[in-house]
Amino acid sequence: MMRRTLGKLASPQLLALVGVLLINWLLFPNFFRITWQDGRFFGSLIDVLNRGAPVAILAVGMVGVIATKGVDLSVGAVMAVAGAVAATMVVAGYPAPVAVAAALLVGLLCGLWNGILVAILEIQPIIATLVLMVAGRGIAQLITEGFIVTFTDPVLIYIGTGSFFGFPMAAVIALVLMVAVTLIVRRTALGLFIEAVGVNRAAASLAGIRSRMLLLLVYSLSGLCAAIAGIIVAGDIRGADANNAGLWLELDAILAVVIGGTSLLGGRFSVPLAVVGALIIQAMNTGILVSGFPPEFNLIVKAGLIFIVLIIQSPLASRLAPPRLRPAVKGAAK
Amino acid sequence: MPDQQYALEARGIVKIFGNHVALDKVDFGLRPGEVHALLGENGAGKSTLIKILTGAYQPDGGEVLANGAVVTLNNPQHAQTHGIGTVYQEVNLLPNRSVAENLYLGHQPTRFGFVDRRKMERDARAVLARYGLNLDPSSELGAHSVAVQQIVAIARAVELSGKVLILDEPTASLDRNEVERLFDIIRDLKASGLAVVFITHFLEQVFAIADRVTILRNGKLIDTKSLDDLTRTDVVRLMLGKDIAFSGATMLEENRPLGEVLLDFKGYGKKRSVHPFDLTIHKGEVVGVAGLLGSGRTEMARIMFGADAADEGSVSVAGKPTSITSPTDAIAHGFGFCPEDRKAEGIFGDLSVRENIVIALQGKLGWFSALTRDEQMEIAGRFGESMDIRAASLDMPIKLLSGGNQQKVILSRWLATDPAFLILDEPTRGIDVGAHAEIVRTINRLRDEGLALVVISSELDEVVAYSSRIVVMRDRELVAELNGENINPGVIVQAIANHRDGAQA
Repeated sequence: MMRRTLGKLASPQLLALVGVLLINWLLFPNFFRITWQDGRFFGSLIDVLNRGAPVAILAVGMVGVIATKGVDLSVGAVMAVAGAVAATMVVAGYPAPVAVAAALLVGLLCGLWNGILVAILEIQPIIATLVLMVAGRGIAQLITEGFIVTFTDPVLIYIGTGSFFGFPMAAVIALVLMVAVTLIVRRTALGLFIEAVGVNRAAASLAGIRSRMLLLLVYSLSGLCAAIAGIIVAGDIRGADANNAGLWLELDAILAVVIGGTSLLGGRFSVPLAVVGALIIQAMNTGILVSGFPPEFNLIVKAGLIFIVLIIQSPLASRLAPPRLRPAVKGAAK
Repeated sequence: MPDQQYALEARGIVKIFGNHVALDKVDFGLRPGEVHALLGENGAGKSTLIKILTGAYQPDGGEVLANGAVVTLNNPQHAQTHGIGTVYQEVNLLPNRSVAENLYLGHQPTRFGFVDRRKMERDARAVLARYGLNLDPSSELGAHSVAVQQIVAIARAVELSGKVLILDEPTASLDRNEVERLFDIIRDLKASGLAVVFITHFLEQVFAIADRVTILRNGKLIDTKSLDDLTRTDVVRLMLGKDIAFSGATMLEENRPLGEVLLDFKGYGKKRSVHPFDLTIHKGEVVGVAGLLGSGRTEMARIMFGADAADEGSVSVAGKPTSITSPTDAIAHGFGFCPEDRKAEGIFGDLSVRENIVIALQGKLGWFSALTRDEQMEIAGRFGESMDIRAASLDMPIKLLSGGNQQKVILSRWLATDPAFLILDEPTRGIDVGAHAEIVRTINRLRDEGLALVVISSELDEVVAYSSRIVVMRDRELVAELNGENINPGVIVQAIANHRDGAQA
């Protein structure tokens, strides 16, 4: 048991995260400095956790989808929809818990819709979720009637910007979600079934696994996670921006999952490593910001990271390297 | 002068893939004005030979002659210029374009450099009339039945090529009337001097339409004969390579008292897949299923397991009428199914041997009663030992195991669910001798423990050795049930061929 835990700590993803943080430290010596102010921690490291939380939450939902050989392109748009629902409802005078519950329900239904397209109509996931990726922003704009709906509801703002025992609320939510989903998939047989469906859906059906139910479930979870991320982002800016909330975050979430060692071809997956992937991305973002490079570099560095991850996962690399070392992202720290 | 006897001839064709000899010095001669059937089991080399004759593959040895002259066929288009046209099982035309466009695609009549649509449709109408089709050439091809599409494909091949027509399983998706219609057209083409190669799994059709037959087995030419000199039994024997004369020595499993009835299928079937069949299966018996490839063996197995839902008939399990519309239903009744295509439908390549073994049991237990890792290890270890699975570790991916060990894992997967009824589709295909023996031993052991088994196999000697009863499939129909002591491979061959003479048993 001890050895397994140590083995997990030494995963290439964690080493890559440490590597990125160390480079940040070299570029910006105060990177690891954490101060206590107004009852909460401050510092670049805390900022990585806080800013990385939305993508980490998306990645928690996305990893199950990708493990079934699917992908969910709609999560960014669903974030916008959920944020719009929560914001307009509190503005209309509903209590915050009702608004939050409604937003979560809408996210769940969006995910269920994707699941129905994929599992029952058997539309290819990339196309099926593209529908909502496009339509979702429109729906969000209809809900907000084209305005940025700002609010002053303290509960929503607390979800986006508050702190819990000194840690950012968003990061705490991401942590709780990661632990809960990990426990659910690993303590039940869901994890095994998801991997089985991703590796070979025909064989899974013949082995008696209800693959349709499973697909509905993973897409619904992804929608729910997107809604949570959407509420956080709305709370953070104290308003719902249908055009920009969650924009392109689906790509960051996919990248986080892939960095976390889950292949786009489905199969083996790890929820915690997908979250680590999200933190690696955010650590790079934050590093570039605090070290004074222009933010344009961010996109280039991210593209370089994608390139390196893809090369490491390519068939060529698996022929050259022993399989155990494959999803390593050590080179990503450069 | 070149020999004009053959419209198309292959001499001493050799084709090697890696270290596997797909064709070994095969000769094949096709006369003008004949229908020549090409027969052989899966992997016999039929499609490789066809691909060489149409230029899709290049031979590693030997030569192809068209009208007596040696030719090199670079690709199927090039073969067309030598008069060789091919129609495949799946119509590969463009369903969303018109019938006329499909007929003339790539060869449209032009006027001032533009497609002359009116002339094209006029010509098309005339061509279609010759094939007995009275339809609007401007209609979409996809709007017509598969049979009509098939005829359009034939018309296109004949119009473009004109000397040799190769039909690769053209009847596979047609019903009986449609097959008759197709045969009328083939007879007309034959009368006009066309040479036709006909590939099918249906023996009746061979005897209905073909003049001569060439039989391949394991890449070797077995014989080319006139069908007038052959009985169906002869043909099946040549295909399977079974010698009836000495195989009578193998006896069916001795008559044992039958256990109680476990399963009763009545009029069970699925349209366009398997004709309704009746089958009663007792505890403690092995029902062998024999039949040529494509005879509906696998389809029957899938229907019994609910992988394809039956649309007629009824089934009762242990006397209780029930319905089985999905594998989940079947598994709940204690069924298990080892599919024929192990890689595509059996194993989870990236998952561990352990997970591959426990997956069906876990599926039966459901999402929430997860087996712990220790329980999984215990189950996997138990079967790993009793089935003699050779794996360095139970945690290694199953794709790294040999085929025989993978098959043992899949068998273990079902045994772990404590089944009452197992369906094994070609359980010994493509596995090494040791694993083969282990699987046959397991089948015998399970029968003695009171399980009911249905085993599909092309190895007739093997089926006879462990079966209590044998059912024979032909043309998607269960045509015979063989009982008692007079069963031997010879009788099975005869039942597959459905011919009474030639039985020397």
